[in-house]
Amino acid sequence: MRTPLSWLREFAAVPAGATAEDVMAELVKVGFEEEAVHRPTDTLQGPIVVGQVLSLVKEPQTNGKTINWCQVRVVPEGQEQTLTGEGIDPSGVQGIICGAHNFVEGDKVVVTLPGAVLPGDFHISARKTYGHLSAGMIASVRELGIGEDHDGILVLSRIGLDPEVGTDAMELLGLYDQAAEINVTPDRGYAFSIRGVAREYAHATGTAFTDPASKVQAPAELSGGHGVKLNDDAPIYGKAGCDRFVARTVRGVDATRPTPPWMVSRLRLAGVRSISLPVDISNYVMFELGQPTHCYDLDKLSGDIVVRRASAGEKITTLDGKERTLDAEDLLITDNSGAIGIAGVMGGAATEVSDSTSNILVEAAHFDEVSIGRSRRRHKLPSEASKRFERGVDWQVAGIAAQRVVDLLVELAGGTADEAGTDVGTAPETITIELPAGFAAARIGIDFTEEQIVTSLEDLGAVVVKHDGGWTVTPPSWRSDLETKEDLTEEIARLVGYDKIPATLPVAPPGRGLTRVQQQRRRLIQALADAGLTEVLSYPFVSKAANDTFGVAEEGGERTALKLANPISEGHGYLRTSMLPGLIEVAKRNHSRGFRDLALFESGLVFLPDGTVGTADIPPLGARPADEVLDGLYDGVPDQPFHIAAVLTGHDSPAAASHTPRAWDWADALDLARFAGDVLGVDLVVSQGSHQAFHPGRTAKLALRTGETVGYAGELHPKLLAAADMPARSVALELDADALFEAAPDVIVARHISTFPVATQDVALVVPADVPADDVLAALREGAGELLEDVALFDVYAGKGIEEGRKSLAFGLRFRAADRTLTADEASAAREGAVALAAERFGAVQR
Amino acid sequence: MTETLPGAAIPNPTDEAAINAAVDQAITAIAGAATLDELKAVRLAHSGEKSPLSLANREIGRLPKDQKALAGKLMGASRGRVNKALADRTAVLEVENDARILIEETVDVTAAPRRRRAGARHPLSTLQDRVADIFVGMGWEIAEGPEVESEWFNFDALNFKPDHPAREMQDTFFVEPPEAHLLMRTHTSPVQVRSMLEREVPIYVLCPGKVFRTDELDATHTPVFHQFEGLAIDKNLSMADLLGTLEHFTRQMFGEEAKVRLRPNYFPFTEPSAELDIFHPGAKGGPRWIEWGGCGMVNPNVLRAAGIDPDVYSGFAFGMGIERALMFRNEVADMHDMIEGDVRFSEHFGMEI
Repeated sequence: MRTPLSWLREFAAVPAGATAEDVMAELVKVGFEEEAVHRPTDTLQGPIVVGQVLSLVKEPQTNGKTINWCQVRVVPEGQEQTLTGEGIDPSGVQGIICGAHNFVEGDKVVVTLPGAVLPGDFHISARKTYGHLSAGMIASVRELGIGEDHDGILVLSRIGLDPEVGTDAMELLGLYDQAAEINVTPDRGYAFSIRGVAREYAHATGTAFTDPASKVQAPAELSGGHGVKLNDDAPIYGKAGCDRFVARTVRGVDATRPTPPWMVSRLRLAGVRSISLPVDISNYVMFELGQPTHCYDLDKLSGDIVVRRASAGEKITTLDGKERTLDAEDLLITDNSGAIGIAGVMGGAATEVSDSTSNILVEAAHFDEVSIGRSRRRHKLPSEASKRFERGVDWQVAGIAAQRVVDLLVELAGGTADEAGTDVGTAPETITIELPAGFAAARIGIDFTEEQIVTSLEDLGAVVVKHDGGWTVTPPSWRSDLETKEDLTEEIARLVGYDKIPATLPVAPPGRGLTRVQQQRRRLIQALADAGLTEVLSYPFVSKAANDTFGVAEEGGERTALKLANPISEGHGYLRTSMLPGLIEVAKRNHSRGFRDLALFESGLVFLPDGTVGTADIPPLGARPADEVLDGLYDGVPDQPFHIAAVLTGHDSPAAASHTPRAWDWADALDLARFAGDVLGVDLVVSQGSHQAFHPGRTAKLALRTGETVGYAGELHPKLLAAADMPARSVALELDADALFEAAPDVIVARHISTFPVATQDVALVVPADVPADDVLAALREGAGELLEDVALFDVYAGKGIEEGRKSLAFGLRFRAADRTLTADEASAAREGAVALAAERFGAVQR
Repeated sequence: MTETLPGAAIPNPTDEAAINAAVDQAITAIAGAATLDELKAVRLAHSGEKSPLSLANREIGRLPKDQKALAGKLMGASRGRVNKALADRTAVLEVENDARILIEETVDVTAAPRRRRAGARHPLSTLQDRVADIFVGMGWEIAEGPEVESEWFNFDALNFKPDHPAREMQDTFFVEPPEAHLLMRTHTSPVQVRSMLEREVPIYVLCPGKVFRTDELDATHTPVFHQFEGLAIDKNLSMADLLGTLEHFTRQMFGEEAKVRLRPNYFPFTEPSAELDIFHPGAKGGPRWIEWGGCGMVNPNVLRAAGIDPDVYSGFAFGMGIERALMFRNEVADMHDMIEGDVRFSEHFGMEI
């Protein structure tokens, strides 16, 4: 809300010297945010005065242009120039070159004298041009920064002015005024008016307030006016779309009269440009009282006005010249011809006032917030009117606003008001709120006095009645946001001042600390960082193709994924089902910035909408839904497990003196995946994997002991890397971390530590080449029995000396007994048992 | 160095002067040996089998019986002196040699390669942990919830009326189909609702996490950002308790000089509501007030939505942005740096914040 200070001063005690900043500082105290200052003098400085063109000589130039050499009187005739300065002629007459031709001798114009500064840091000085010394400029509204029209200079008679020569033109045009712009929260519709802001200013400063509504003399009742019917057959939430319609008639209006400069100036500072006198008056009253009004050309109306819902497909051409197709929910103002306005949003072009209009019908109506909001959204027509209706307008002020428009049309446009008028509708029920004694104090923590409570509420305009247990409060008609005792409590605290609230620290009951999963998550993230990887955060928005590639192992499979209705970009219209697409994007970005050796990881949620998605209905607010309804809401929210993923490309370390970096390979990805398992105490089962995003021969599938697959690790598919412009041999891993957390052991049972000597034996086994080493190792472990303390693969060999299609695996076995020193025979027997099982399972032969 | 020349006369083992001369000669040579190799040659010349003193010693056997004792004593003492000198010199030279080897092994430590490097945490993630730790220290618990959420938890349960302009101010990402009423949560407040539904009162929880709004990425906006919201539900909680909690937290976070200021504001889920400014003593360009979030007393409709009786319990809630904190606490000037994943950004912070 932009509030011109001159306007605010009419109703509030704003000190004469106060700036827009001063006013905002006061309003901040009562809960408004500072937005901006609008002040013409920040870019405009005098001397700028009214001048009269004494003579005008047309001088054609060689370039084909004709310029005017003017003598302009800038002090009243017979008086001397009191201004001094370079270029200011003591005679009071300035010689000025002017290129515009829309004026004649005798016209009064705005002269910017040498020393003046115009918007754009344009300094006016006397300068030689076209063979003359031009000492000043005859200004257009555009040059003054107060309008767009630059067809010519501003001729004051055309805006209805005949001021004395030498008058300060800035004063005349309202250019010393300034506006304070504050942000108004959506609950405070009343503050979208001078009326509301003035009241708040009074609250903030404890000074007097005059209600602009009280200055208007509106008749208590109206009758006999233009016919108006309220026919809403489809109220939204059972609330009538229009519950008051005031129609007034003013005849014999001269719509071509210029709008007075003070009104133009205030409207400009409030953020709207001057259009025509009737429209300006309508806007002016809206800003002053917060009630949007509309002026119809009465002679273009046919029959009674009916307020009704549209029929689907009905059309209207709105004031902006656009034809709009209406929805059955749109509330319309209609006459016999059809729609003449979308209620509260925008009027129709057919009944618009024009220069030829002489009889005006003024509408001041009260519309349902929800209905107006929906129409505004549907037609993407945010307007000053809809902004106010959506946030709630004072039902009581409609008749007053209509009267104010009528008064101004009579005063400024020369019209005559009809005695008769129309006022139909039903006032909303007044609500009363019980405010128990002590409630506000308990809720805020300030021991409010009774006077603080009552005065605050009365200052708002509420009626407060005291009784035994507290107060019964009737909020004023313009505060539809006040519905509960909590609302009243905020108002009391706000007016007494939030800065009066003391600080006390409540003590929470003993807590559980971080949950197990929260600790596991932290440990996992920290471990990967400690292991040398860099954590990054990317957006979860991906393409469908990315989900289809990374989200499913099977080639050509399609991932069920969530699609956004309104994505930032269509190319990223889905929610990720894998962390890898985002991570690869980040790796690419780093790569393109010259970072070749990367080890990146990210953790976060992926979105897996398998099964039910959402719920058809949403329970109402303010009540706990029934258990089965709640269960439906819970179940409708898709599964969103926490994943962790990494991408490695380039080398493990930068090259350095006496150090050769090692290229990351598939085994690093696998090793990191197992490391992730290690830090959580989860032993991952590795097997040869197959995943379309990975190299078909260099991928490990990772599973829990239960067989549940929890992820993949290995080299990314060469084609995918080439397509993504990523270095060959880049590797990656992704794990369902939630599954790991769940698989982590609850209690670890200690093992007996034997101090008897160790017996180590090595064994080399030749097996078919396609037998996984891990399976052979498992067989050895099982076959060796309980004397085996550990077994490890230490060599894999194929080639000379080994039959084609077979390989040699060398294992080191470590035996130890819990209770004695093993003999060589015992160790050998255990080893034989191990070898025997491997032989049985895989045809392993000792080398 | 040796002064015992081959074929030199064998001193008489009874000639004390000649023996002493040989000993002196030996000791001089020993002292003059500069390396262990030189000392080895000296040892051979002056105490080896062919050395004058050894040869003289062998002569004792040929002496008359009455001279043997005297000569034996003289030679024993003399050879003992030489051996001691040798042993002493050996020890000295060995120490010198060891020291020399160590000096020769000197490396340029400034040219050492980095073989093992710590990686880095994303500062948003580190800061989020730090915030959580402060509240956990106060006995609060950390609550979490889904990022794709039912509209009811995100709006209706929080007293956003279906058509209220406040709903639009949230710039929501909706999930298709619209009839499913699913969206990307616009704040972490739905976690508060879930906490109230799932827990017993009193409740003191902090809900950190990612939230989503349809803002285009620019220097100060991002469609995906991080918040933490606090919720306390108990008997007789007041706005003074809210202020006290926020003050305690900000002091832990920004130092004892930090302060909190509340200004009236509007949120559908709190009444009264307040804008929260903090006085940041370490702000760039000097201590100043910074807007950081919103807070207020939980609206009774929100309590009712969770089945909590607003006549018995009251509560407060607050919410702040992690990105914003990183901007004013760590002077990150551009939001792009936080989301692009450039390794220089995270690595500059390392594990700290």
